[in-house]
Amino acid sequence: MSDKRVIRPYGDTTGDGMVQLSFTLPIPHDRRAEAAALQLAHTMGLDPAMVVHAHGVGPDFTFLVVYGRVNHLVNLADVNVPEREYELLSPKEVNLAIKSTLKRKLVVLGACIGTDAHTVGIDAILNVKGFAGEKGLEYYREIKVVNLGAQVFVPELVERARQERADAVLVSQVVTQREAHLHNTREMAAAFREAYPAGQRPLLVVGGPRFHESMADDLGVDRVFTRGTTPAEVASYLTHALLTTTRARSA
Amino acid sequence: MAPARSKLRLDPATVLTARRLADRAGRPIVELARTHTTISVERAVLRLAGLSGADPDGIPWVNRLTDAVRDDIGLEHGVALPVWDALRTGGHADLLELAQKAAAGSVTFALPTGRDRDRAASAARRAVAAGVRRIDRRRTERERLIRRIGDAPRSPWIYLIVATGDIYEDIPQAQAAAREGADVIAVIRSTGQSLLDYVPEGATREGYAGTYATQENFRLMRAALDDVSRDLGRYVRLTNYASGLCMPEIATLAGLERLDMMLNDSMYGILFRDINPIRTFVDQRFSRQVHARAGIIINTGEDNYLTTADAVDAAHTVTVSQLLNEYFAKEAGLADWQLGLGHAFEIDPDRPESFRLELAHALLARELFPDAPLKWMPPTRHMTGDIFRGYLLDGFFNLVGAMTGQGILLVGMMTEAVVTPFLSDRDLALRNVRYVLDAAGGLTEDFHPPADGFIATRARQVLAEAVDLLERIVDDTGDAPLLHAIANGTFGLMRRPADGGKGRDGVLAQGPTYYNPASELLEAEQ
Repeated sequence: MSDKRVIRPYGDTTGDGMVQLSFTLPIPHDRRAEAAALQLAHTMGLDPAMVVHAHGVGPDFTFLVVYGRVNHLVNLADVNVPEREYELLSPKEVNLAIKSTLKRKLVVLGACIGTDAHTVGIDAILNVKGFAGEKGLEYYREIKVVNLGAQVFVPELVERARQERADAVLVSQVVTQREAHLHNTREMAAAFREAYPAGQRPLLVVGGPRFHESMADDLGVDRVFTRGTTPAEVASYLTHALLTTTRARSA
Repeated sequence: MAPARSKLRLDPATVLTARRLADRAGRPIVELARTHTTISVERAVLRLAGLSGADPDGIPWVNRLTDAVRDDIGLEHGVALPVWDALRTGGHADLLELAQKAAAGSVTFALPTGRDRDRAASAARRAVAAGVRRIDRRRTERERLIRRIGDAPRSPWIYLIVATGDIYEDIPQAQAAAREGADVIAVIRSTGQSLLDYVPEGATREGYAGTYATQENFRLMRAALDDVSRDLGRYVRLTNYASGLCMPEIATLAGLERLDMMLNDSMYGILFRDINPIRTFVDQRFSRQVHARAGIIINTGEDNYLTTADAVDAAHTVTVSQLLNEYFAKEAGLADWQLGLGHAFEIDPDRPESFRLELAHALLARELFPDAPLKWMPPTRHMTGDIFRGYLLDGFFNLVGAMTGQGILLVGMMTEAVVTPFLSDRDLALRNVRYVLDAAGGLTEDFHPPADGFIATRARQVLAEAVDLLERIVDDTGDAPLLHAIANGTFGLMRRPADGGKGRDGVLAQGPTYYNPASELLEAEQ
């Protein structure tokens, strides 16, 4: 679906290329500040540019609003949209998908394993309080969250996963030394492989700032999330992986 | 601040019923709090007695000492008797040396009896009384500074947040915010601090989306704001968070370092952080006793309910929570002027009449609590990233604050949910507030919604729903029906059973030999 059009921003006439931007410069508000803003605008490709408003923010800063015409073009044929393997869903959509497909609550077990006492990551995803303005998985009516907290041993995690009949196990590793996060994760994956018949283990998801998304296969888990992941992304992924693919198991 | 008579024509009998029901729901909880202690209450006793600092691993000495006592004889007696008995009889120079030796395993604690018990108790009481006196001096100091320097020029007080994670970055930002017009500076805590079972030590430069609450950070920030207060000719207040697993200790540190306001909600930790309900109520009562003594204004967290539940459907749960917070606060000795009861502008702006509904809810809170400095919280849930619409919403939020005489106005940022606020965002937000307060600050005088109109009718309906909910709560089964209500998901849609949650193993029933000099001193004043 290649679109051959070449486009510019639209102010009030096709092709006028008009944009607005606002920013702050770390200098007092005077003629020099406005001239500096115009120079920045020109460097950014705005020509002509005009400072339509400026005021001092305290003695050392100037806030500016600039309008101008950009001379850049966008060729739509060159625009690539990177695809997520799952669709981003709202909590309502996630709840509905679970209710209609699973016909029971989806059980998520969370923990920090090993010696890591930093539950920031797992709490950001699981606590109602959430992260980045999004509520955590506890907020989802159709998800039952069991958060084991920090310093959970792998055998305990596996045992609880069985007891709770967990559909997914989420593990976060924030502070790690000497690649301990990789070692711990492999140990966990191996333990689940041993404890469950093939194809029946819960979905294994790990997250933390030191992981890379491409590590999943190597670590023996289903998905890796990195820094900045929000609860909605995790919920959407779980919905995708557990309910809309061949992995879906009978309740 | 109190209106001469109700603008909303609230039925005084209904208001009285609501308060009586809140008392009935709260009283069994207070009884639980009186008969239990927590590991953090015991550590707060040691902090009041002057123990501070941490071992080389960063574990505070109050933790090491409390844990050592617990390992030897348990905590149902409190730490005071075994600790001061050991101090008196063991030849240790002071609490710090005792804590260090206890951590090394070279002290064995025992529960003193007879005359030894009495001697340990009076030594403990003397040591803790010194800490309480220090809190008293800080309170007097605040009153003196406000008299000399001057107070915030008008109400509502303008409340701004800083949070860089680095106290040395926070300080210039806070000073700048004060110069730009903030009357109150809040330093947001690092994500997850509420779940740490210890208070970090020292000045900290690394936090996740916030700065750790530590005694040293408190001291540094208060000193910096004192400087800027003198320049500006108005006392700028400092706020932090007494919540989470270390609520009693953080309240104590706040009193010792002259913080002026503390976030302190009766149920927030239970509902939103899954902290054990009993631990929360015990910790909360102690922390509020400290706040009462220290002259600190508490801010409650009703805004949080509206971020999970619908702001119209759940409006009455805010009222119920405010009534419960009021009951627990007054029981702990706080006065009306110290009750920054929370509520928020969180109704979906796409809903017809949303602004009138907001006015109704805000005015209801104003009239139910005429002498409390209500804390009015800006929209967050419906801030989408459309900063232009967000700026307008914040303007309407400010207008409700002006029209209904709110006491503390948390400044809304148009970039809420987009980025941590830019310097310019804060400046634009303050311009928004100033414009509305200058243009419409006196509107409370003229704003008398008709008694049979939409706003007054809606307010009375929310109050009636609140009374219904309180009745359902007190009619619930068991010794403490409120605990059942919390377990059943009445608030914020969260189900939190009384035997679940974090920090449960730090809760203990007080034994017959229990002694806590801090509680004794704090309660004696009431």
